[in-house]
Amino acid sequence: MAGSDDIVLADLSDQDLVQQMHDDLYDGLKEEIVEGVNILLKRGWTPYKTLTEALVEGMRIVGIDFRDGILFVPEVLMSANAMKAGMAILRPLLVETGAPQVGKMVIGTVKGDIHDIGKNLVTMMMEGAGFEVIDLGINNAVEKYLDAIAEHQPDIVGMSALLTTTMPYMKVVIDALKEKGIRDDIVVLVGGAPLNEDFAKAIGADAYCRDAAVAVETAKSYMMRKHNQRVAG
Amino acid sequence: MTSRLEELLSKRGRILADGATGTNLFEMGLLSGDAPELWNATEPDKIRSLHQRFVDAGADIILTNSFGCNRRRLALHKYEARTRELNRLAAQHARAVAEAAGRPVIVAGSVGPTGDLLIPLGPLSEDEAVEVFVEQIEGLKEGGADLVWIETMSAIEEMRAAARATTKVGMPFAVTATFDTAGRTMMGATPEAVATFLQNLRPAPVAIGANCGVGASDLIYSVMQITEAVPDAVVIAKGNCGIPKFVGEKVEYTGTPAVMAEYACLALDAGARIVGGCCGTSPGHLAAMRRALDTHHLGPRPDVARIIECIGPLAAPPPDAGAEPAKRRGGRRRAVEAPRPNAGRMLPTAS
Ligand code: B1M
Repeated sequence: MAGSDDIVLADLSDQDLVQQMHDDLYDGLKEEIVEGVNILLKRGWTPYKTLTEALVEGMRIVGIDFRDGILFVPEVLMSANAMKAGMAILRPLLVETGAPQVGKMVIGTVKGDIHDIGKNLVTMMMEGAGFEVIDLGINNAVEKYLDAIAEHQPDIVGMSALLTTTMPYMKVVIDALKEKGIRDDIVVLVGGAPLNEDFAKAIGADAYCRDAAVAVETAKSYMMRKHNQRVAG
Repeated sequence: MTSRLEELLSKRGRILADGATGTNLFEMGLLSGDAPELWNATEPDKIRSLHQRFVDAGADIILTNSFGCNRRRLALHKYEARTRELNRLAAQHARAVAEAAGRPVIVAGSVGPTGDLLIPLGPLSEDEAVEVFVEQIEGLKEGGADLVWIETMSAIEEMRAAARATTKVGMPFAVTATFDTAGRTMMGATPEAVATFLQNLRPAPVAIGANCGVGASDLIYSVMQITEAVPDAVVIAKGNCGIPKFVGEKVEYTGTPAVMAEYACLALDAGARIVGGCCGTSPGHLAAMRRALDTHHLGPRPDVARIIECIGPLAAPPPDAGAEPAKRRGGRRRAVEAPRPNAGRMLPTAS
């Protein structure tokens, strides 16, 4: 594919390369993103720095133009796929380089809902921040959450919903946690475009996360609290 | 051959479609996350009663409870093996109510998206999508639907697949798309592009238009663009009853019957001839729209200012509503521009 007029990624300075990767992510160029990630790693960048500065920052820009009606779903999906390809390289390295295991989260889109672009972004960002994430995928009935909690003993349960008709299902899950007497052992974070703070409160979640970055920050602060409680107790 | 819908249109000039299915079924006890289509088998009385309430409110067209009744969507609930049966039942319930109405009521077989993205964005090929729709439409035909009502579409390719399926089964059809993302469908198609594409289909749809989306105001704006692009088309306006708002953990729509009556008048002025409601529209709202349709004297084409004055601001206005359209940034800084995989966003080409 590469013609003589192509940019040679390996010839670019770190700064130009990262810029170029933002553009390539914007254009959904998977192979170029994979190449860029490999070059940065070879130059000694840590997986974490590569993730945040090249990929996450690039996706942030995509998110802004999606919000502003400049990009639409096809473009965002291509970008998300390119990011995923980069992430596939980084994920095992992030574990290896012992970005310390901050905590464990089970996440899934609720029953009746098949939207997963946002949830996948949250998953990647959480992994990038050192969480172990068990992704249940889409269309999860309450039993799926309960089984996963029993099996993995997570610190956090994340739920995503994009439809006004499926959001109320989050309460079904939270009520089931209460019924089982395990609600207080687990932090429940919820997200998805139509949600808001009040809704999260009304259904009894611990917090609403506006975007993936907020999800990471919120998850970290809960882990910190938990840690402090353990130390104090 | 003229369809029953065309006959009624030529007699009446303007006709009323029904209101929301999903929202009203939730009111009647459907649980979040469950498939409304299963109620065709388990709660037939409730389904018929909803149709009846819309007919009593004055609906000329009722949509079957089969929006997500295709094997891909039903598979989420493990009911895919019952696709044909549930569609047949959906059409039979509506048919029974229509037959007993004592006046012409048209049964439109609702066909929503598969829920899957088409290749290259997702797993489904266009030919597979055609098969999925054929199965659903055969069930609707068997149950006695008058026409197929393809709705809430966002991808041109999927509209084409549904239209092909309808033609294969041999039914007349109408198509409405949802313009919910900055004045376009979420796949980026403008009302003008969708309208032009649909109008050029052969056989052509009986009617085209817009449904659902982000609010009644935005929908009228989309309808205006459609009637401008294809002035000869029979155009459908089936907008939401305002905007969903959370009251605690419950969703409520902001539209009142008075607002929906205003909306119906604006839709007619914008050039629509089939008017109905989508999410949030109850039989009470629909009755107000019936009176509006029966009494309204056609006014001048509305502009954005009048839409806002009558029924409120646009919820997700297109960025080019006045200003210079925003541009994509980025782009690979190559000396010679190579064709990019997604450079030409998924707008219809001549095909
Ligand atoms: C810890 O836990 C956490 C923490 C944070 C969390 C979190 C969980 N989850 C999310 N977050 C947060 O962090 C993320 C990253 O920053 C953010 O995630 P978001 O998901 O908000 O943001 C993503 C990065 C980008 N956003 C998205 O990915 C959603 C974009 C829009 C365009 C959208 C898409 C892409 C799709 N859709 Co759909 N879709 C729409 C959306 C309209 C819009 N413009 O927003 C919406 C959500 N869809 C809608 C509809 C109606 C539907 N969709 C449907 C289908 C689809 C596609 C399959 C075509 C596709 C999904 C593809 C996929 N694999 O996900 C259907 C539903 C099927 C089903 N049962 O689920 C269908 C019903 C359409 C139909 N007629 O069939 C509308 C919902 C309306 C409503 N009031 O409920 C909608 C708002 C469009 C609209 N304006 O009408 C935050 O919210």
